[in-house]
Amino acid sequence: MADYSVPEIQEDIQTPSLAVGTMEHLKPYPAIEKHMVPLGFPDKRVDNWQEKGIEKLGEMLKKYRSLQVYLDICVKCGACADKCHYYLGTKDANNMPVQRAELMRSVYRRYFTPAGKLFPGVVRAVDFDEEALSKWVTYFHQCSQCRRCSVFCPYGIDTAEITMAAREIMDAIGVGHKYSTEIICKVHDVGNNLGIPKPALKGTLEFLEGDILENTGHEVRLPLDEEGADVLLVAPSADFFSEPHIQSLMGYAKVFHQAGIRYTISSIGAEAANFGMFIGSFAQKQKIAKRIADQARALKVKRIVVGECGHAWRVAYSFWNTLNGPFDFLDPRYPVPQHICEFTYDLLQRGALTMDKEANDQYVVTMHDSCNVARASRMGEKPGGQFEIPRALIRAACNHYVEMDPETTHEKTFCCGGGGGVLTDELMDLRIAGAMPRVTALKQVMKKDKVNFMALICAICKAQFTKILPMYHIPMETVGGVHQLVSNAIQLGAKKGIV
Amino acid sequence: MLTVLAYLVVGIFLVGFAHRIWLYASCPAPLKIPTTPAPVTTSGVVWRLFTEVAFFNSLFKGDKWAWAGSYAFHGALVLVLLRHLRYFVEPLPAFFAHIQIAGIVAGLVMVGGLGLLLLRRVLIDRVRYISSPADYLWLLLLLGIGGSGLLMQFCIRPDIVHIKAAMMGMWSSTEATLPTLMVGDFIFIAHLLMVAALIVLFPFSKLMHLGGIFFSPTRNQVDNPREKRHVNPWASN
Repeated sequence: MADYSVPEIQEDIQTPSLAVGTMEHLKPYPAIEKHMVPLGFPDKRVDNWQEKGIEKLGEMLKKYRSLQVYLDICVKCGACADKCHYYLGTKDANNMPVQRAELMRSVYRRYFTPAGKLFPGVVRAVDFDEEALSKWVTYFHQCSQCRRCSVFCPYGIDTAEITMAAREIMDAIGVGHKYSTEIICKVHDVGNNLGIPKPALKGTLEFLEGDILENTGHEVRLPLDEEGADVLLVAPSADFFSEPHIQSLMGYAKVFHQAGIRYTISSIGAEAANFGMFIGSFAQKQKIAKRIADQARALKVKRIVVGECGHAWRVAYSFWNTLNGPFDFLDPRYPVPQHICEFTYDLLQRGALTMDKEANDQYVVTMHDSCNVARASRMGEKPGGQFEIPRALIRAACNHYVEMDPETTHEKTFCCGGGGGVLTDELMDLRIAGAMPRVTALKQVMKKDKVNFMALICAICKAQFTKILPMYHIPMETVGGVHQLVSNAIQLGAKKGIV
Repeated sequence: MLTVLAYLVVGIFLVGFAHRIWLYASCPAPLKIPTTPAPVTTSGVVWRLFTEVAFFNSLFKGDKWAWAGSYAFHGALVLVLLRHLRYFVEPLPAFFAHIQIAGIVAGLVMVGGLGLLLLRRVLIDRVRYISSPADYLWLLLLLGIGGSGLLMQFCIRPDIVHIKAAMMGMWSSTEATLPTLMVGDFIFIAHLLMVAALIVLFPFSKLMHLGGIFFSPTRNQVDNPREKRHVNPWASN
C-alpha cells in the first residue's frame, strides 16, 4: 500500500488556516475513448475545446435555472467556506465551496457578463484556457456533491449543481473522468456498476440463502427475476459482493421473509446506483434509471423498494418520477419508490416484525447520516423523516444508541469523503483528508460513550469508511448498515407475517 | 441635465433588473432539488422563503458575524430608505414623519454593519482570499453613500429645501437644479452620484441576490417529487 498522509485527529473539528494549492497535484484519471464514445462524448479532447466549452456553458445556462441563478447571485460572504469537509481536511483554498464555484464563475463572467468582458481585473474574470481547465479537472473532482454548503448559504447556492455542470461541460469537450464513465458503461453493458453478470449474481444469492439457512434454520429466499412478485428490490450492487454491505442485503431478505411479502431482484435492474448524477448528465441519469422502470413493468411488480444507497435514493426519490414517470402502473397505496427503511419501519409499526434487541448488545451504536439521504431526499410523510425513520429502526434493533455531535448529524452531516464520484484509488489522499470531520466526531463518541458501531444507509459510505477508518486506527468492522442491525435482531418465525 | 440623468438611471435599472428576473423566471428547473428537510407544501415554501428574506436564517446557521453585519446593514437600509421618502413626497404621510429618528439611528447602524462586513473581508483569511476588487468596491461605495449621508445629517448640512424641490421637480421639469452654494451641497452631489452609480450597476452585479433568492431551486421548491410529478420541459421521453 502506498504511503498516505493521514491528518492528526484533534479533540474537535478545527477550521484550518487557508493554504494555496495543497491539492493541486491530485487529478482524476482521464476517461478513455472506450468509455467516452458509448456515452456520446468525444473520444478525446476536441481541438476547439475552448470554443466548445463556452458554447456548452451557454447552452446549460438556458437549461438549468440553478446554474444561471447561482453563477449570478453569490455575494461571497464566505459562510460556506469552512463548511466543506474537503476544505477542512485539505486546507486548499480551492476546496472552499465559494472558491470552487468561483472557478466556473470567473469563466462565466468573462464570456457572459458585461462586467467580465469590460473589466476582467476588477471582477476577477478569466479566460477559459489551459490553466482554468486544469483547475476545473482537479477541483471539480474534489467535490462530493454533498450539499452541506447549500444548507448554510443565505441563497441556498448548491455547489453540487455547479460541479455537475462543470463535469458535463468537460465531458462535452472530451475531458472525462475514467472512474465514472467506466462504471456507467458497465451499467449499460451488464446492468450494474460492478459488472456482475447474471450467473454470478444468481450464484451469490443462492449462496446467501444457504448461509442464512445454516445460521438461522429458516429458508429465507433471495429470488432473482421472478415475474409476478409484489415488490422489486433494487439494491446497490455492492450489497451483493462487499462487506459489510452484504449483511444489510441479508437483513432486507429477512424482513421480506418475515413479512411474508413476495419480492424479487432483477438481473437487468439489480443496481440502484446512478452515476449519471455524478457526471451531471440528465440523459445518462434518465437512461440508467429507465432500466428499473422497465424491469418493474416486465416483472409485473406492484411496488419498488430501494436498498441502502445514498445517491441512488436521491435519484430514485427526487428524480425517478421526472425521469421515467409516471409510475401509475404500480400500487397507488405505496409511495414510489419506497426506501427499504420506510418499508421495514412500516412493517414494524404494523406489528409484523419481532426484534430481539439483545442480539445487538455487543454494540454501542451511533448513526452517520449520509449526505444524499439527509439533504436531498425524504422518508415518510414529514420533513426530517429521513433522520427519524432509520433511527427508529436502530432503536428497535439495539439497546445502546447515542448521537454524535449535532453539528455533524442530520442536515449538518459531514460527507464520508468518498461520495459524488470520487470513490477511486487515485483520489485516496482526498478521501482520507475528507473523512477527517466525520472521524473526529466518531472518535469523540468512541471515547465518551464507547461507541463501537456506526450505522448508516449508503453503499458508498460503507465502502469509503471500511477503507479509510483503519487508516485512522478505527477497526473497519465499526461500520455497517442499519439493516445489518435489523438482520441481527429480527426474530424469524416468531410471528406470522402480514398479508 | 438632472432630469435626463434621473430617467437614464432609473431606466437602466428597471430594464436591467427586469431582464435578469425574466432570465431566471424563464429558465427551466429540470429536476427537484430542494435542500432537505424542506417544506412539503406551497405555503411551507412561502414561509421558508419569508424566513430567509426576513431573518437570513441560513446565514445565521452558517456564520454569526456575517449574519450580524449583513442583518444590521439590510435591516437598517430598509428604515433609511423609508426615511428618505420625505425628500420625494409632499405632503408627507404621518407615519414617515414619525420614523425620522429611527431612520437616522438606522443610518448609524447601517454604516456599522457595513464596517463589520468590511472588517470580516479584510481580517478572515478565507474571506480575504475570495474577495475581488469588486467586492471591496461595493462595500466602499455603500460606505461612501452611508458616510456622506451621516455627514450631511450630523455635521455639514446642505440646502435641504432646494434639494427637495430638485428631487420632486426633476421628474417633470428640466429646469430642476441642484444647489451648489455650500460645502454640504457638494457632499450631497457626491451622495447622489454614488447612489446613481449603485442603481445603474445593480442589475449587472451580485446585488441581483435581491431578486435571485426567490428563484433559488434549493429554497423555492416543494419537497413532493413522489406525490406530484415534476416535468422537465426539455427532456425527451
